[in-house]
Amino acid sequence: MTLTEKDRQVPRFGARYILEARLRGMFKFFWVIAAIAVLNPLLYLISFGVGVGALISSHSGPHGIDGVPYLVFIAPALLATSAIQGSIDEVIFPTLDGFKWGKLFFAMNATPQTGNTIASGVFMAAMVRTTLSVLVYSTILYLFGAMDSPHSYLAIPIAILAGASFGAVMLAFASHTTNEDLFFTIVGRFLIGPMFLFSGTFYPLNSLPVALQFFGWISPLWHATELGRYAAYGHHISGTMILIHFLYLSVMLVAGLYFAFKQYSKRLTQ
Amino acid sequence: MSENLIEVRGLIKKYGDFVAVNGIDFQVKKSESFGFLGPNGAGKSTVMRILAATSNRTAGEVSILGKDPEVQGPQIRAHLGVVPQQDNLDLQLTVTENLYIYGRYFGLSSKFIKSKIKELLEFAQLEEKRDSKAEALSGGMRRRLTIARSLVSEPDILILDEPTTGLDPQARHILWDRLFRLKEAGMTILITTHYMDEAEQLCDRLIVMDKGSIMAEGSPGALIKRYSTKEVLEVRFGSERNAGMAPTMEKFCDRIEVLPDRILLYTEDAEEVLESIVSAGHNPNTSLVRRSSLEDVFLRLTGRSLID
Repeated sequence: MTLTEKDRQVPRFGARYILEARLRGMFKFFWVIAAIAVLNPLLYLISFGVGVGALISSHSGPHGIDGVPYLVFIAPALLATSAIQGSIDEVIFPTLDGFKWGKLFFAMNATPQTGNTIASGVFMAAMVRTTLSVLVYSTILYLFGAMDSPHSYLAIPIAILAGASFGAVMLAFASHTTNEDLFFTIVGRFLIGPMFLFSGTFYPLNSLPVALQFFGWISPLWHATELGRYAAYGHHISGTMILIHFLYLSVMLVAGLYFAFKQYSKRLTQ
Repeated sequence: MSENLIEVRGLIKKYGDFVAVNGIDFQVKKSESFGFLGPNGAGKSTVMRILAATSNRTAGEVSILGKDPEVQGPQIRAHLGVVPQQDNLDLQLTVTENLYIYGRYFGLSSKFIKSKIKELLEFAQLEEKRDSKAEALSGGMRRRLTIARSLVSEPDILILDEPTTGLDPQARHILWDRLFRLKEAGMTILITTHYMDEAEQLCDRLIVMDKGSIMAEGSPGALIKRYSTKEVLEVRFGSERNAGMAPTMEKFCDRIEVLPDRILLYTEDAEEVLESIVSAGHNPNTSLVRRSSLEDVFLRLTGRSLID
């Protein structure tokens, strides 16, 4: 078998081959990823949903927060959280590995692949993992009775959008990183930690003093959580706010990808 | 398309104020094995990255397979095989998987790649390691896998950046044998090296580079003939006396080079020179008669050794 000149053209939609390679790489860690996908929701649900939930219903009755059981209240937030965590893992590590540790991107870029196709492939692979994590998570939520309202399933695409938005921004940040220790400190301690604490995940954001609510307003998790609650059980928000939440997440997604593509291409043509 | 697969004119590459490549010209013909010889930091790898269509130039003209790498990078790369200086295999994947995913980056069909893998494993002598993780391979095996990987797309030009640096002598000889077969099969090869024996064995023609510029160009034999004598006599008088003996040694031959540990005497007949030195009563601690090499060419051109 030999190649014809036609076989040696630049492949169309080259990113799918990067996606294929990334999924193959991910599959090597299948059990780790599966364990995270299953244990993460179980532990959260048992500690917060069941433990804290029992405390809340004993104080404020079964429809204590936002007119719904505590588990139903936190379900959209937990889903978005898991989407964001999954996408962060799958954009940050491959990017640092690709540029610095194993230099795999330079191998990809020696072929017809480009900065854009490589960045797209990495991002798409992260979205595959995010989507699967969210589906596993929502199944477990369903089994715990946290997805009982008729439109609960709408929280699923919203969570995936949150994962995509935050993943795109992290893809851009990671591609600019040369000092990964500093990067992990900043991202882990000053960005992701506070975001989970102050995004109205476990209690309504407006129960915080206004100064602290600021963290929620800039957090994609809060925007996704608000949308998810609205979609899942009719949490009251205005049409304007719905639009703002969507726009905020969409702008993050587009801007993140724009800067990531630009930096991937730049680092691969220096 | 002209007969030259590669044409470079006035190529300049700067990183900020640092000039890595300072206005070089060369052409490479089809089926030619073309070398870049020079010490670390000469600008060889920078040139290779530009020829591999993965680095943008600062100025000059570059044409690879009739295309400009800055305009049609992916189209050019679809026809190149690249072996980088540092292995960048996916260490989590097996030998076979590494070859497979690399072929997929070119958009090749699974069917084609699978048939090709068989041939490549045989070529790289890695059949027994086909299912081992790349992580578990020795340095020489990783290098052979990287070369096999670069051939999966049946490239028109093979680009090798320091292919045997860091390998032990035995692994280097196995690799040279493999590369020589490719050369015999008519592959166009670009190779950088700071090993003169590698350049002598593998290159039809080469350029000697130093500090971003071309110092000389020609076949290994022609360069030696032009810049050196047929033979070299190396004499050692011990580090204390070495420099002091230089003026005396100069009288015995056409030209000398004084290195910290030895003096090199350039001559057409080294045995004869050695005899005259000994009969004149100068007794070196050790002496060595050898043929001139590209190392001598480099020394003549730059006053420095290839390997610092």
